[in-house]
Parts: sequence; C-alpha cells; structure tokens
Amino acid sequence: MGRYLLRRLFESLAVLFVMSFVIYGLLGLMPGDPVEMMVQANPNLTPADIQQLREVYGIDRPIGERYLAWLGSALSGDFGYSRLFAVPVEEVLLPRLGNTLLLMGAAFVIAFGIALPAGIAAARRPWSAVDGLVNLTAFAGISVPPFWLAILLIILFSVTLGWLPAGGMGQGGFGERLLYMVLPVTTLSLAAVGSHIRFVRAAMMEALRQDHVRTARAKGLSERQVVYGHALRNAMIPVVTILALDFGTLFSGALITETMFGWLGMGKTIYDAIMGNDYNLALIGLLLATFVVLLANLLADLAYGWLDPRVTYR
Amino acid sequence: MTGTRPKGALAAEARGVQGEAVSFSRLLARRFLRNRLAVGAGVFLVLLGLAALAAPLIAALLGSDPEKVNLLAIGQGPSLAHPLGTDELGRDLLLRMLYGGRVSLMVGLMAALCAAVIGTVLGLLAGYFGGRLDSLLMRLADSVIALPLLPLLIALAAIDLRELGLPDSLAQSEDVSLYRIVFLIALVGWTTVARLVRGATLSLKKREYVRAAEALGARDLRIMAVHILPNAVSPIIVATTLSVGNIILLESVLSFLGLGIQPPIPSWGNMLTGAQEVIWSNPMLAVWPGAFIFLTVIAFNLLGDGLQDALDPRSTVSRRALRTRGAAKPA
Repeated sequence: MGRYLLRRLFESLAVLFVMSFVIYGLLGLMPGDPVEMMVQANPNLTPADIQQLREVYGIDRPIGERYLAWLGSALSGDFGYSRLFAVPVEEVLLPRLGNTLLLMGAAFVIAFGIALPAGIAAARRPWSAVDGLVNLTAFAGISVPPFWLAILLIILFSVTLGWLPAGGMGQGGFGERLLYMVLPVTTLSLAAVGSHIRFVRAAMMEALRQDHVRTARAKGLSERQVVYGHALRNAMIPVVTILALDFGTLFSGALITETMFGWLGMGKTIYDAIMGNDYNLALIGLLLATFVVLLANLLADLAYGWLDPRVTYR
Repeated sequence: MTGTRPKGALAAEARGVQGEAVSFSRLLARRFLRNRLAVGAGVFLVLLGLAALAAPLIAALLGSDPEKVNLLAIGQGPSLAHPLGTDELGRDLLLRMLYGGRVSLMVGLMAALCAAVIGTVLGLLAGYFGGRLDSLLMRLADSVIALPLLPLLIALAAIDLRELGLPDSLAQSEDVSLYRIVFLIALVGWTTVARLVRGATLSLKKREYVRAAEALGARDLRIMAVHILPNAVSPIIVATTLSVGNIILLESVLSFLGLGIQPPIPSWGNMLTGAQEVIWSNPMLAVWPGAFIFLTVIAFNLLGDGLQDALDPRSTVSRRALRTRGAAKPA
C-alpha cells in the first residue's frame, strides 16, 4: 500500500512535470511574445531597444534554457505576474480555484442527486418504460452542447422571463450570490447528469446480477433491503471511482459554463489568459488545472482500495 | 416423472430446427432493425447527410447565397425565400445550417476515422507485442485520459502555426482551421479505440487459429492484419460511431470559443458565436444551430448504442432473456 501510493505519487508528479514542459513549449508557439506586446504599447521603441528588451527578458535564448530558468523560479515560489491583472499569478488563481470548486461541487451534488435514484430505478427494471425514459434522458444529457444549454437557459430565464441574471457573480449578500449561481450550476449539472446516470445504471445492473443479491432475495429480505442494503453498497465502489476519474470532464464543462456566464473561475481565467496573451497566468492556470485533476485521479485510486477491501495494490 | 414433460417442449422437439439459414450479416441487420430508436437515428443521419451534400442544389433552388451578407435582410423571420429566416448578417439561415452541417459532419467523421486508425494501430501493437511497449502506450493513454482536455485543447488550438515553421500561405489559408481541428482531436481521441483493440488483441492472440498461423510461420504483421484485426472490428465500429458524436460536440465547443473552425467557413459551433451577440433581439438564431448539434450528436450516440447491441450478442441475449421472463416490455 505504502509503496503503491509512493509509486502513484511519483507517476503523477512525472506527468505534471512533463506537462509543465509541454505547456511551456505550447505557450512559446502562440502568436506574439511579451516584447511584441510592449512594442505595440509603445511605438517609440527603436529596433535596438527591442533587441535589448529581448535580451533582458531572455526571449532570444533557446527554449530549454528559458524553461529551466522558469522552472527554477516557479519551484522557489515565484510564479510571475499576470499581464491582464497586474498582480502575482497566484493572487488571481487561488480565489478563482475556489469559485470553480464551488461551481463544480454544487453541480456535482445536484447531478449525482438526480442520477442516483434515476440510475437505480432504471437498473431495477431493465428495458422497462422507466428504463427507456431514463436511458433517453441520459443520452440527451451526454449529447447536449453545454454552451447551447447555457444559451437556452439564458433565453428562457433571463431574456423571456427576466427571473435570473444572465451572468456575473453578484456583489451583495448570500441571497444575491445564490441567485447568480442558479443558471451556471443548472447548466453544469445538466451537462454532467447524463454520464452520471449511465455510470450508476451500469454499476447497479452489475451489482444486482451478483450471487449474494440472489441469496439476499432467497432468504426473504425485502426488496428495499436487497436493493439499498446489498446491491447499492457494492455498486457504489465503481461509481465513486469513475466519477473521480471523470473530474477532468467536469472541469472542461466548468470551463464552458464559466465562460458563458462570466463566472470568475479557473476555466474562464485560463481561456481569457490564452486569448489575452497572458503567458504566466495561462501557464500556471493550466498546470494548476492539471494538478487538481491528477489529484482527483489519485484520490479515486485510493478510494477504490478503501471502499473495496478485496482490492490489493501492487 | 417420466411422461410429464411440458407439452411445449415436446412440440418444439418434434418440430426441430425449422428456421431458414441466416447469414451473419442478415442476423446483424435483423438485430439492429429491432432497435427502433437506433434505426430512427440512422435514418435521420442519412437524411441530414444527403441534405448537407445537396446544399448547393438547395441554394440554387432558393436563389440565395449562404455567404452573401445582406444588410437589408438582417434577422428576418421565416418566409418562403428563407425557410428558417436570416441571420445577424442577413444570410439565409437554412443554407448556413446545411453548409455548417457539411463542415461539422466532415470534421466529425474525419477526426473519428483518424483517431480510430491511430487507436487501432497502437492498440494492436500494444496487445500483440506486450511488454515495455504495451506498458508505455497504456501509460500514455491513461495520462491523456486523465488530463483536463478542453483547457489543453484550447491552448493547442491557440498556437500560431507560423511559429512551427509552416509557410504563411498555408498557415493563413482558410482551410487550415479545418485540418488543424481534425489533427488536434485525433491527437487526443485515439485512447478509447486503442484500449478496446488492445483488450481484444490480448484475448485473440491466444486463440488456436492464431497459434496455428504462428506454427505455419506467418509473420507478425500478417497475423495482426489477417487473423486478429478482422475479429476486433466490432468494438472498433461501435467506439468510432460513438466517438463521432463526442467529436462533433468538441468541435462545436472549440469553434464557439473562436478556436476551432474559423469564419467565413460556417460550422454549427461558430454560428452560435455570432448568434450569442443578438440573443436579446433574436433568440431563434441561437436555437437552430444548437438544436442541429444536439440532434446529430444524440443520433450518433443512439446509432452507436444500437450497433453495440447488434454486434455484441451477449447484450442481446440478456435483453431477450429479460423480455421473455416477462419482467418488462421492450424499451
């Protein structure tokens, strides 16, 4: 167990390390560089000045060298300044990571709260009318483009009915901020609920096929006890794992939702940073997102062993 | 206990095998046709594909040009000349939808095909040769799956091709956004097929006929291509069909965010970008492209699901067993 954990930690760190280089390289390939920005902002710079700036900022050096310099300062806790916000990158990102986790957490709770009873009901009577309906709903959920869903919700609740704000996060008290959360959370949970239903249904059908469930029925337990006491507990093992593994997908959904509703979260920040040539912010934002997703995967692995004592780690 | 056999069983025994011999493909077709949702989805996709192919014809019929901006006809409602009305620049919406469909469908099919080819080759190699290559490839697949894909795809889509040393004429041409997105999606989309093919290869390579081929001196390449691949085709078909829907979704998201298909080439995703700006005055403009994405994606998913049921006999058997048990009506 200890050795397994250590190996997995090492693997995750290795992926993070590789990704830091890949992302660093990608950002170097984006149009423009910091000096070009300065040139655009200040037309009085002479070509000699520009050359000097490039040397000062080290942009004329090879990419490997630049990466190592960046890695050194990043590891010592200096992540650089954000060009768009003019503050250190971590001051932008940390509160926004909180906003994203709030959005994702709320959406997850709602999506799973719908998926659990729906998936169980479908799995109890496979190929029944209920199952058909649940299945079709799940298919609709995984097929709907999240940004279109956001637009539809805005059209209905903001444009036509005028009940809810079309975007932003609200400045006032708790009640007002809650009001601003309704549409983003609805969008993200609807985007996630389809896959959650399919996970629950598949796991539950598998669990209901087990011999111990038949035994439970044979010894005369009520259907309620059989389903919730015996089958559900076992079905939750793969569900918990797969949902944690699905964290990256949920994060991608959050990016779209945040962009649509002006929700100041990580996803929107990464998107804005890439579109606005804010290299430091984009780099750390992408790495932080990768880190969070890898962490969720690691936790999924550990949860699997904790929930299912039969699993042995090698 | 003798003599009290159930009557039905006796009759069935007396009848013996009566059904005509059925070929495998007909059996598949029969199983597939039983799934009405999947058949409906398939019909819808064929019609959509035909309509998209016939877009220039329909344009000539309606007498309008999908690319011509007409500032005098902005945001019109449906009429005889413009069955779905006109968009925020006065272009015929129906034609834009059909031309956008050509692009979205083509990107979806092309990227799915590329991803399937890459996935099949890597999965075959990993499953057949095993060892280091296998663990390396599967680690790679795990890593790709674990990453937050959309933010990374956005970063990938934002790079300047000129910095990669591509000539200006190519990097700035209109079509490049099309090939770029196919390439990007194939780059991250191969993992599902690779895992399925690897799994199938692992079990197939232990079969007797593969051992026989080995004993007869067949080379690795021949065994993989002739003996293993044809038997791993059904999971590839199912996974690829299901992936087309996902890819169309991904393409539409990226195009919507301004990083996929670039205007003036219409795609359902980038049509929504323009429509979002006039959402307060003309919400229907935002409804149509999204509805087409939604219907197309759900159709591909239902089609894939139906193919899976038809190609994987076990799932059909269990379904039939459940039906005859009287537990429920067919869905």
